[in-house]
Amino acid sequence: MSPNLSIAPIPTVKATKGSVSVINLRASLPAGYHANSNKPTEAYLIPLTLKWTGGPLEIDSITYPKGTLEKYSFSEKPLSVVTGEFVITTKFKVPAKASSGPAAQTGTLRYQACDNRSCYPPKNVPVNVVVSVD
Amino acid sequence: MRIPKTLIIGAAALALALTCCGPKTPGRQAVRDSKDRKAAPDFALKDASGKVVHLSDFRGRVVLLDFWATWCGPCTIEIPWFVDFQRKYKDRGFDVLGVSMDDDGWKAINPFVAEKKINYRVLLGDDKTGDQYGGIEALPTTFVIDRDGRIAAIHVGLSGKKEFEDAIEKLLEAPAVSTHRDARRPDES
Repeated sequence: MSPNLSIAPIPTVKATKGSVSVINLRASLPAGYHANSNKPTEAYLIPLTLKWTGGPLEIDSITYPKGTLEKYSFSEKPLSVVTGEFVITTKFKVPAKASSGPAAQTGTLRYQACDNRSCYPPKNVPVNVVVSVD
Repeated sequence: MRIPKTLIIGAAALALALTCCGPKTPGRQAVRDSKDRKAAPDFALKDASGKVVHLSDFRGRVVLLDFWATWCGPCTIEIPWFVDFQRKYKDRGFDVLGVSMDDDGWKAINPFVAEKKINYRVLLGDDKTGDQYGGIEALPTTFVIDRDGRIAAIHVGLSGKKEFEDAIEKLLEAPAVSTHRDARRPDES
């Protein structure tokens, strides 16, 4: 069965205008499955990618988990993958002109998972974070 | 001895699940007995030139129907085997059909086909066709279809080259049960 990546609930993020704010996305894959890391070792593989699409915060940087090199029966060379629980950290700038109050920061986490014999179509998981700007 | 009703219902449900055409769990299958084979659903899918190809065009030939994608590592292991099979068995009434499930379509498929020197028909798949085949969740999923257009074996996930080859040989040796108008390849005149 196609594996589902789950994202732990993210508590409200407090963001002060003119400062930097951080969101840690804690994701996990079921045991026995892996997803390509953000830097796959083969060009044909679909990378783990977080895209922020809306909200009051400006993206400064996204830090993905470092993939571990694993050898599978279907790969001649080890593949850079993520397994189990992992964290993606996004650093945001909070614009001085941002409106005060609660707002939604939204994005999508795209991944493509396999086990040791099969691969599953890429999936997009919506990410919604409540941001409190002051 | 009386058999409990719940046991009978459970056994019937299990039998139904096992005989359904669709793959739901990874695994591989030996060639089914002729009497146990179900008809492979017909489809109409386009190849790279835009020509519509039906599975029924291949009636009278043994077909290896491979659902795959360019981003699928296990598929890239099997594809060179299928290239070999196409070369080795095409003159005995055999064809490979590759159904790509790539969302990016021919933009992704064409370079891959060139790189892997794929010598068989590649078609662009869709969800409808996947659903007809029981919902293609895991790739590769490969159906081995006999000369009568019936599913003789299903392989979900990376399988062994010998298993495919044994199935192909067995099906090529068996005569078709029904009569066919033509056993030539659809692209032969």
